[in-house]
Order: sequence, then structure tokens, then C-alpha cells
Amino acid sequence: MSSTANTADVGMRRPDLSAQRLRKRYAAERRFRLYGVIAVVTAIGMLAVLLGSIVQNGYSAFWQTQMKLTVTPTAEQIGLEGQPTPENLRDTNFRPVVYEALFQLFPEVTGEQARRQLRGFVSGAAARDIREQVIENPSLLGTSFDVWVKTDDKIDMLHKGYVDRALPPDRRLLDTEFIQWHDQLDARGRVEAFFNTTFFTGTDSREPEQAGILAATVGSFLTLFVTLLLSFPIAVLAAVYLEEFAPKNKATDLIEVNINNLAAVPSIVYGLLGLAVVINFFGFPRSSPLVGGIVLSLMTLPTIIISARSALRAVPPSIREAALGVGASRIQTVTHHVLPLSLPGILTGTIIGMAQALGETAPLLMVGMVAFIVEVPTSVTDPSTVLPVQVFLWSTSPERAFIEKTSAAIMVLLAFLIAMNATAVLLRKQFERRW
Amino acid sequence: MTELQTPMAAEAAKNKKQPGKGETGAGPAAGTSKTPKMTSRDVNVHYGTAHALRGISLDVGVNEVTALIGPSGCGKSTYLRCLNRMNDVIEGCRIQGEVKLDDFDIYDPSLDVVQLRARVGMVFQKPNPFPKSIYDNVAYGPRIHGVANTKDELEEVVVNSLQRAGLWDEVKDRLSLPGTGLSGGQQQRLCIARAIAVSPEVILMDEPCSALDPIATAKIEELIDELRANYTIVIVTHNMQQAARVSQRTAFFHLGEMVEAGETEALFTNPKDQRTLGYITGRYG
Repeated sequence: MSSTANTADVGMRRPDLSAQRLRKRYAAERRFRLYGVIAVVTAIGMLAVLLGSIVQNGYSAFWQTQMKLTVTPTAEQIGLEGQPTPENLRDTNFRPVVYEALFQLFPEVTGEQARRQLRGFVSGAAARDIREQVIENPSLLGTSFDVWVKTDDKIDMLHKGYVDRALPPDRRLLDTEFIQWHDQLDARGRVEAFFNTTFFTGTDSREPEQAGILAATVGSFLTLFVTLLLSFPIAVLAAVYLEEFAPKNKATDLIEVNINNLAAVPSIVYGLLGLAVVINFFGFPRSSPLVGGIVLSLMTLPTIIISARSALRAVPPSIREAALGVGASRIQTVTHHVLPLSLPGILTGTIIGMAQALGETAPLLMVGMVAFIVEVPTSVTDPSTVLPVQVFLWSTSPERAFIEKTSAAIMVLLAFLIAMNATAVLLRKQFERRW
Repeated sequence: MTELQTPMAAEAAKNKKQPGKGETGAGPAAGTSKTPKMTSRDVNVHYGTAHALRGISLDVGVNEVTALIGPSGCGKSTYLRCLNRMNDVIEGCRIQGEVKLDDFDIYDPSLDVVQLRARVGMVFQKPNPFPKSIYDNVAYGPRIHGVANTKDELEEVVVNSLQRAGLWDEVKDRLSLPGTGLSGGQQQRLCIARAIAVSPEVILMDEPCSALDPIATAKIEELIDELRANYTIVIVTHNMQQAARVSQRTAFFHLGEMVEAGETEALFTNPKDQRTLGYITGRYG
């Protein structure tokens, strides 16, 4: 009797339902969840450090230190000939007016050497800004009026607290005189920081206080426009053909592998290709958004093709059958049903590809878009640069003030990227269909 | 095995009281009809290396319901899809043999497949309305085929189709709402309305009720019976009671062959082949 009971015990394995085993399982689950949380927190932390340092470095670039001058421009001082018409005023030079006002603020500064140093207190743009004001209102000529003008970037840095006053003068960015002058003016309420509109309306400049991102932003838009115009139709047509019409054979397999490979090619290779083929062979104008756009579309094509194909694949075959079943041709099936249904997915992929293109620098360096652009480009054949290249250019500039400009330009670039990606997410949320 | 009393036989017997217009002739195992709408002779289908259909010869009688029954994978859906060339879009599918619609070879290279599908409509296993409004679902076919020239004509076609599909009363107040928001049975009737909106001569139905509950199924079956007056219907079904209830003729498929075809009542009460007997008595399938 007992022997049969024993065989039953040996032959039938029962699950181990002990509390100890249960505890182990719970512990393993908790551990796994903890690892996940740690990973997420690490990623968010890194992102926060990155964004934090950029914002910390860059937020001050949105303010610009200005000083109040009391100027009295006279016709003879600015070298005006004839009536104060806008045309005549455009040829005048307001620099003496600015210097005169400056010397009046500091009557104690005498001597050629000291005065020359004092001239470096205001920005070179001050004279031009006053002239613009007078052109708008010629009756100001001959009168005395107050005007806020930009200080030099050295003073800007000092006012924003980037100059370490404790350092000995020979190791400091700024001579002691400037610090004294600045403190005097500050005490008289003649130095203040204003919102820096020049950063958004200006173009590149050697002087940090005059430098802005307008030319680079417009260049970026023109380049992206060319990229979109070229890559979207080509990519969608390629994806539709490969997904809906092409026979599945060795040739299409090869094409598919190559498209996936192209997506992983280092972007600088596309830049070299653009240089060799588009500029040297076809003779397109270098540094232009046209060439940049062509190069970037080569780069974005695989991204859009891949996402468009997966969007097309996500349309259930039953929809195709339904359309074919009521007698739609294959083209009608695609254009009436499959394409509209996959469009949100295709657009999402396109926007992500465009965002990628917006942030791309390396291939554009190769086609000469790394240029010092002071004119806002007006067409796709004008020389221009783009935002990320502008960031690159400023980051290599020696002036302290360009550090904050670099970070501020990155912030603008990131804002565009976030806006584009948010649009992609919204599109997906809005139009996503579940079957 | 002397007396076969299956529920199907009883259903089939009832069904005989209202026969179709078409007089059905009884070729022995071969499925010939005296008044064929579609005829197929020696149809062979290969999917790559797999031989899916072996020498099928079957007629579809005009204005009757022909049911195709058989176990899964026996080729009945494949045969159905041969009748409006839906197999064309399947990669690696080869079709041999002859399929005729009114004495016209539908595999003739000069034939436009789009026109064929306008004459031979199809309803699928899973209701697959377009993710558009109910109205647009039905109007799509007439639009692409130029059935209606004006808006009023189009509306007439849509209303007419929905009425014939028995869906009008349920959806007349919400024609602009998406067709995907209807219940499963309503969706399937919408698909039938969509199919009849282009005035086909033949309607192919691939297990139209397999995704529906019994009440929705009953409605579709009623509908099929009404549609028979104007259309020729071929229906694939797994449900033998259904085949017995709705069809006048039945063909039994097994392993890619057509084992037996004939009048539904005769096939269910007095099958000639052992395999048919085994299947309808539930011995396998």
C-alpha cells in the first residue's frame, strides 16, 4: 500500500507553491521595475542636464545691454549736404554725434588715448541706429534728445555679470576703466538690459551685439522647402510602388536592403556626393539652399520611404479587397483608399525626416553653406547658411558674448525641432485609425 | 445509412418549396446546370508550389444560390475568388482552365478586370466597410463606374441599394456617420448594399456570416433569399445548416477537389459520395 503511495509521489511532480517561492517572484518583479525606473530617470536626467546647460548659457542672449545717450545731431556734424531727405541722410555719418554724446557723459576723460578707449564703450551699430531714427523723423535734426543705444559686447558681458571683477586687470577680459565707466553710468540709471530684438532680426556679424539668426533661419526654411519639395513626392511614389505594385523578387529585395542601408550612411558622405555631383558636375551655385536641399533630400529619402512603407503596410488588406471587390482599379484602390488612410503615418515620417534635415550640419559644410552671410537670402540660389551651421560658426568665435549667442541659437533650433515633432505626434494622435 | 435524417436535410426539404427560377439539372457528380450564369471547366489553381484547386468543373445557375461547403483549406474560397479574378492580386497564384460568364471567358486577356468585378461583386468574410460615411460607402462603386450622372441619381442608387440590403430603416437618419460605427451585422449588410449598388449580375459571398451573431446571421440569410430574385449568388459557408437553408444547389469541396455537387436537398439527403456523407454527418470537417 505504502509503496503505491510512494510511486505516486515520485511520478507526479507538483508545483512548488511555497511562500518563499512567491517572495522570490515578487522580488524579481520589483527589481525589474526598479531597473526600468532607473533607466528612465537616467535618460531624463541627461536630457535635463543638456537642456539646462544650454538654457543657462543662452537665456541671457535674449537681453541686450543698452545705454542712454543724449545726442544733438547737427547737419554739419553728420556731413549732411542739402535737404534732410531720406536719400541725403542715408549718406551721413552719425559717429561723431555718438562720440560727442559719450564724451559729454564723461567730461573728466581727456586725452586722445583715453577718449579712443572710451569710444569702444558703445557698439558700432549705435551711429546707424540713431541715423535710422533721424531718417524716420528728420525734425529731430538740430534738437537734443535721449536715445538708447547698444553698448559694446564687452560692456554687455560686464552688465550681465560674466566678467570676474576680482581678477587682476591683466587677466580680466576688460580694462578697469570700462568697469568704472559702466558703474558710473549704472548709478545714473543710464545702463539697462532690453529684450534683444536684433537677435531675431539681425544677420551674422563679427560684432556679437549686432549678430542675429534671421539669415540662418530663412536659409533653413528655404533649404527645408527644397528638401520637402524633392523628397516627399519621390519618397511617397517610391513607397507606393514598392508596397503596392512591385513584384516581390530578388530585384525588389535588393532595393529594399539598399534603402535601409542608405538610411544609415553617414551624412557627410551625402555632402561629398553633393559637392562632386551637384556642384562640380551640374554646376549648381554653391552655398545655396538649392544644393543644400538636394543633399538633404538624398539623406531624408530613405527615412520617408521606410516610414511611408510601414504606414502603407498598416492599412489592412481587407480595405484593398473591398475596393477591388466593387471594381476599383489598383490605382483607384491606392489613391482613393490606401493612400488617404496611410497619409497620417506618411506625414509623421516626413516631419521626422524634415526635423532630421533641419538639424543636419555635416553635409552642408561640404557644399559650402558654412558661410558668413550678412544678407537675408531671398531665393533658393542665394548664398545662405542654416541654423545648425550658424551654431557651429558662432561656437568657433573667440568673443565671450558668442557663447551665449551659440546657446540661444541652439534654443531656437530646439524650439523648431520640438514644434515639428509635436506636430508629428498630434497628427498621429488625431488621425490614427485602429482596425 | 439507409435513412439519413440530418437537420440539414429537413431544412433543404423546406427550401425546395420555393425553388429559384433556374431549373437545375442534375449531372451526377459534376455540377452542371441547365441555365448556367457562370461556368467553369477544369479549373486548376496553384499557389507557388501548392496545388490548391484540382480540375474543378462547376456551373452556377442563374438566379439561384449556390453554396460551396467543405472543411477548412479545401479550396472553396479559392474557387470563389477565381470567379471575379480576385486571385490576380495574390503573389504567385497561377490559374488554369476556363471560367465563363455568359459564354464570355473571364480570363481572356482582352477582358478588363475592373468591368468584370463590376458585374461580379463580392462580399467578404469580415465586414470591411471603408472608413468613410455610410453614404460614401455605398456611393463609391457607382461613382467610379459612372452609374449615376447627377447627385439625385446617385442618391437614388444609394437609397435603393440600402433598401434592398434591408438596412435603410436603420441608417436613414445617419447616412453621414462613419460606416465603421455600425454593428457587425449592419456593417455586413452595408457591404452587401455596397456590392449591389453597382448592379452586379453575380454576387460572391465568402462566409458572410462567420463573424456575426445568430440574429444578424438570420437577417443576412433572409436578405440572401430576397436577393436571389434579381441576382445570382455564390456563397461559401462553413455552416451546413446555413447552406441547407439558403441555397438551391450545393457543391462539396474536399482537399482541392470538388467531390460532389447537386441540388441542395438531394446532396444533404442522399449524398452520392462517402466523403460528402462523412462531412455532412459531422464525421470530419
